[in-house]
Amino acid sequence: MNKLPLLSLLVFAPWAGAAVLASLRGAGLRASRVVALTSSLSTLVLAALVLGSFEPARTAPQFVERHAWIAALNVHYHLGLDGLSLVLVVLTGIIAPAALLASWSVGRPRLFGVLFLTLQGSALGVFLALDFVHWFLFWELSLVPAFFLIKLWGGPGATRAAYQFVIYTIGGSAFMLVGFAAMFATTGSLDFQQLAQHGADGSLAAKLGAGGMRLVFLGVLLGLAVKAPLWPLHTWQAPAYAEAPTGASMFLSAVLAKMGVYGFLRILWPIFPQQLHDAAPCLLALALGGIVLGAWAALRQTDLKRMIAYSSLNHVGYCLLALFAVTFAAGRPGLTGEAATAALAGTILQMFNHGLSAAALFCCVGVLESRAGGRRGLHDFGGVRTAAPLFAGLCGVALFSSLGLPGLNGFVGEFLIFRGVFGLSPASAAVACLGLLGTAMFLLTFWQRVFHGPRAGAAAGEFADARGTDLAVLVPLAALMLALGVAPHLLLQFINPLVTAWAGHLVLP
Amino acid sequence: MNYGELFRALSPEAVLVAGALLVLGVDLALGRKKIAEARWNAAARTGILSIGLAACFTYAVGASGTAFDGALVLDSLTRATRFAVLILAGLSLALLPGTVRLRHPAEFVAIVLFATAGFTVMAAAQNLLVAFLALELASLSLYVLAGFDKSRPESAEAALKYFLFGGVSAAFLLFGFSLIYGLTGSIEIPAIARQIGHSPGSPLLVVALVMVLAAFGFKAAAAPFHLWAPDVYQGAPAPAAALIASASKVAGFTLFARLLWSGVGDATGQAPLWMLAVAILAGASLMLGNLVALAQRNLRRLLAYSAIAHAGVMLLGVITGGRFGPAALIYYTFTYGLATIGAFGVIAVVERAGRCDTLEDLAGLHRRSPLLAGCLAVFVLSLAGIPPLAGFFGKFLLFSQALRFGGLSGPAGGLAFLAIALSAVALYYYLLVLKQAYVAAPAAGCQDSIRVPAKPALALLLAAALLIALGVFPGSALGLAT
Amino acid sequence: MSALPFTIYVSFAGALCALAAGTRARMVALVTAVLGFGLALVAAGAFSPSPGLQTLINVSWVGELGIRYHLAADGISLTLVVLTGLAATAGVLFSWNVEERAGEFFALYLALIGGVYGVFLSADAFTLFVFYEIAIVPKYFLIAIWGSTNREHGAMKLVLYSFAGSALVLAGLLWAHAAGGATGFGLGELAVAAARIPREGQIAMFALVFLGFAVLAGLFPFHTWAPTGHVAAPTAASMLLAGVVMKLGAYGCLRVALPLFPAGFAFWQQPIAWLAIAGILYAGCVALVQDDFKFVIGYSSVSHMGFVLLGIAAANPEAVAGAVLQMFSHGVIAGLLFAVVGRMIYERTHTRRLADLRGMPLHRALPFAALVFVLAGLASMGMPGFSGFPAELAILVGAWKSSPAWALAAGAGVVVAAAFTLRAIQVSFFGTTDKSVALRNAPVLHLEPITLPERAGAIVLVAATAYVGLNPDALLNWIMPALQSPLMQATLKGGTP
Repeated sequence: MNKLPLLSLLVFAPWAGAAVLASLRGAGLRASRVVALTSSLSTLVLAALVLGSFEPARTAPQFVERHAWIAALNVHYHLGLDGLSLVLVVLTGIIAPAALLASWSVGRPRLFGVLFLTLQGSALGVFLALDFVHWFLFWELSLVPAFFLIKLWGGPGATRAAYQFVIYTIGGSAFMLVGFAAMFATTGSLDFQQLAQHGADGSLAAKLGAGGMRLVFLGVLLGLAVKAPLWPLHTWQAPAYAEAPTGASMFLSAVLAKMGVYGFLRILWPIFPQQLHDAAPCLLALALGGIVLGAWAALRQTDLKRMIAYSSLNHVGYCLLALFAVTFAAGRPGLTGEAATAALAGTILQMFNHGLSAAALFCCVGVLESRAGGRRGLHDFGGVRTAAPLFAGLCGVALFSSLGLPGLNGFVGEFLIFRGVFGLSPASAAVACLGLLGTAMFLLTFWQRVFHGPRAGAAAGEFADARGTDLAVLVPLAALMLALGVAPHLLLQFINPLVTAWAGHLVLP
Repeated sequence: MNYGELFRALSPEAVLVAGALLVLGVDLALGRKKIAEARWNAAARTGILSIGLAACFTYAVGASGTAFDGALVLDSLTRATRFAVLILAGLSLALLPGTVRLRHPAEFVAIVLFATAGFTVMAAAQNLLVAFLALELASLSLYVLAGFDKSRPESAEAALKYFLFGGVSAAFLLFGFSLIYGLTGSIEIPAIARQIGHSPGSPLLVVALVMVLAAFGFKAAAAPFHLWAPDVYQGAPAPAAALIASASKVAGFTLFARLLWSGVGDATGQAPLWMLAVAILAGASLMLGNLVALAQRNLRRLLAYSAIAHAGVMLLGVITGGRFGPAALIYYTFTYGLATIGAFGVIAVVERAGRCDTLEDLAGLHRRSPLLAGCLAVFVLSLAGIPPLAGFFGKFLLFSQALRFGGLSGPAGGLAFLAIALSAVALYYYLLVLKQAYVAAPAAGCQDSIRVPAKPALALLLAAALLIALGVFPGSALGLAT
Repeated sequence: MSALPFTIYVSFAGALCALAAGTRARMVALVTAVLGFGLALVAAGAFSPSPGLQTLINVSWVGELGIRYHLAADGISLTLVVLTGLAATAGVLFSWNVEERAGEFFALYLALIGGVYGVFLSADAFTLFVFYEIAIVPKYFLIAIWGSTNREHGAMKLVLYSFAGSALVLAGLLWAHAAGGATGFGLGELAVAAARIPREGQIAMFALVFLGFAVLAGLFPFHTWAPTGHVAAPTAASMLLAGVVMKLGAYGCLRVALPLFPAGFAFWQQPIAWLAIAGILYAGCVALVQDDFKFVIGYSSVSHMGFVLLGIAAANPEAVAGAVLQMFSHGVIAGLLFAVVGRMIYERTHTRRLADLRGMPLHRALPFAALVFVLAGLASMGMPGFSGFPAELAILVGAWKSSPAWALAAGAGVVVAAAFTLRAIQVSFFGTTDKSVALRNAPVLHLEPITLPERAGAIVLVAATAYVGLNPDALLNWIMPALQSPLMQATLKGGTP
């Protein structure tokens, strides 16, 4: 195999970029931006290399790197990549440069670049780490740059939003830490794969006891649920996304929110299959709450950014819904491999799709905001389509992808999820439809109010069309949405074997 | 009766008395024409010389057993006490050139030497009569010294109070002694012990013991017989106060311990009756001394109450001394004496440069004289019992013995805990002294630096060095005393 | 290894030289501190971990009482000696600007350091106690003379608390010595003697000794000296106080109280653990609402020391190793935090009120200070990658083994720590980024730039916490074998419920 430690390179290239950028004291604004963008593009390049030698048929982690690290705690430096990680790495590779481009004209670009690249590296680390300690390292470390990105470049309520964001997340992860401490205390291991093995063969539960196991499960669940976020732990989300600068909002919603879902798939489900199964009815209800209430809350927003933020709650809710439905049905007679496969594939696809569409939408709102001198209310615009037809077109693609219009990528993911969930838990699928309805309503409201009608508000006067960096961000994103909508197998081919294998474990023989 | 032996046993005292006469004679013959400074220096020099000589004789006498038909005992305790007393008296004398001018230098030095002679006899006394005589020689000298500063009414008041209290205590003591004599028919301590051993538990003996304890309580300034101490410490000239606080305590406690342990020690078997009384005195002194010291603003009164507190610890040493030997008690009293003399020496020097009544008068001492401030820190911290100074080891040793003495259930164990607890309280007022010396800025009007004459400076440095050396290497001093 | 005792001698000799050197004292102090640190590192290089204490020097001191001058080291002592060297060096660098009575300042400073080294290396209870008390007195003067807010009160309170604690220790040790009929004060001898004491006696003695040491470690509710003292102290003294001196207490608990009285410990284990947890949470919550920046840090120290005490109370290898690691970690981090607040900010802006600092664009004016404080704050929050994380993880693992409830409560403590640290970071350095505050109208701050010694000190400390955070094995490889010693094993076996 490839001798090059590709995964380490993936993780540390952005950090190296950050270090270089930090040391360029006298660099001009433009030079700083270029260096940041170049470093950020490294992920895409390396992801392409990884893609080249990735073997989709193997479900075990590939490109594994494992070195002894902390002997006293039996910790290893352990990186690995499977289909799930790959999708998220590619997503990060696409979103990161896009987000940097979207924040091209931000002040103090050197500091912005340093923080952003640190964030990017941390996110990649989370998607690739297979040992708790450095997974947690990346997980927690991602908060720091995110905190400062929101706080220093954010809107008027940024201080509070950033604080809330970090405290919520740390509040969750502290209990996750306790949970892992407990697992280490009983098994002496912090490796995800080993822990999953202990979880699967019941030895973890035997050692921890039923009560202990439940406590540990709750701790880990709390940590992940805050991050995803799972309703009702989402209250940090809307302020954080709304107050953050455009680039940060894009990255937060597109990539960082996925860390939570990734954690559910990578950690919670393999280690606690039984507990998750037991808790599934309750969790299903919470996921449905997120879907439905997220959509309807978005409908009530007049701030476009908050609207998109709530739509994120709704979209990420689908991912969780599918997962919980699968675990809910696990081991029951009605479970079919097909439905489970569809639901899980839908989950992963939806993560990717939502990444694209949320990033694009936040970028669009950012463009509107910059044209309108900081205003971004639903009623501050009108007839933008006439003023800026190209921009309206690109934004429309993103909106309809988010809405799930067939032919665009959003449809494929949501279709797979509904296809799966109907087979597993028809009632929840029915309730989730309410969410679909709400989504359609607020996105169409957005579309109608802002782009149609006579030119009004900020769009009444001079209103430049998309240009330069806007195009550089939106065109590739829109193209990808179209491409994946037409040919979803481009992505599905990498994850199908994996989800089939996952589903295979669940179906009763 | 072998008078040659007696003379040999008392050769240090003889030297001291001769020295005293020499001081008087020299001053009478030559001094009248010279200026006061020269007279003071000459007197002090002669006095220190004779003390040094006495120390040599003490060394020569050695620990050679009893003398003069058992009236005197020359053991290691005697020798250690004599050395201690002589060193402390010598240091007090060395402070003289730096203190406020008193009239009649020769008389002052001579009386100090007489008092010292009394102390050294006390160290050797094994006979009630000798003990009483030595005690009174020392006491009478001290009364005079306390009132030596005729220019200050406080000094006279101190002398009078000291004399009255001392006189009453002497009466008590004599009464107690006479009762003991009546009960046992002997004034020799070993004989008394034998006699009491045969017929224990007489109520008259209890009365006698109470008398003796009360008398020693007065001498040692133990609560509730402490009332004279603050006034005397405040009013007496600094070198006199230093002597009262240091050498007199060392000699007194040696005598006390000898009387109680080898004399009436086994009066009532396993837990002697007197032990409870001593324990009560010790507890009361510890509590009262430490707690009242907290409220003092006057430096000398503060030292007085700290002396009362220390007397409590020394009484603890009296209790344990019988089982573990007197080394710890001697070590403690000696190092306490060193620290107290040092503190009074600093007071004396500061006094000469201005005032030194309240704590605030020490303000900014670190700037006015780093030497004095440094020495004061050593003395005060030693009093507080901070390692590596000697005061710490003394306490450690006594407390450790007290706890081994019947554990917590015995009176000694409980007292040790009380003393340990109160040492934290004591640190507070000791630190108040150091706070003025080191932290506070000099008050307006007394900011000039203080000139320290060579002799007092040397004496202070010697005392400080001894405290440090004894603290770091306590073993050598303990070996000397056992 | 034989170099270790010289850390003590060098420090005391340096104290005397500093006294004589006058205005050049800081150079003397720097040389001394670096020399001490160097000696510690040289010794660490030659250290081969083994169970039990490795004797460095053992001569009779006071023969009559069986007191020996016995210095010895194991991995735990070595860790703390290295920490002391590090903190001492950084402390001198952050006191570079002390002009007033510099000779005395550095003399007291070095005397304190010498005492601390001595405690960490003593294997004889008497020797340990002597050094322990030597370390107490200089603190009073350092704070009372060179301190700031309410300094005389703070200094007195701190010293009296420490001294009262040491009085308890003295009482307990003497009692055990007497009751067990020990022939000397060596820790081993005392342990043998204490084993002869009935359980009730051990319970009382443990209470005395542990409480005495725990006062200095900031055990709730005896912690109140710590914030006041830290706030009043000059920067270097706060760094040492929080960084090293509080460790003396924890070290005493671990080295003396637990091994000597395992049965007593077993009796008190639950209350101690819950008091430690109460300290973590209470101090954390108090830190959350302080307006004086230094009080925030002061209370955070108490909170972090709560983790150390919890680790000790949990008494299993993971927890104790975590506690020692946390001692090191907190020593470095608290030093950094106090350096930033006391030296970099207070001496430039002359205010420590968060309400005032909020109005200053400090992250623009002092970017280096901001960076250091953010890093230190992250480390203090237990962010992975810094030394606090492996320590807290190990403590949580150990606590869970002893009682899951402790681990959960401590987990809540982690959240509180994050909350108050983050609040301090954002209010102090990034207060004015709010658009609502008219930044442009604020007067431009002309603050003295961060000096070279400050940079050097900060970099050394940050490097230390990051190094240990990424490579905790460096210390754990020393600590873990030390837990195998017979004395520790007795504790660990007696301690686990």
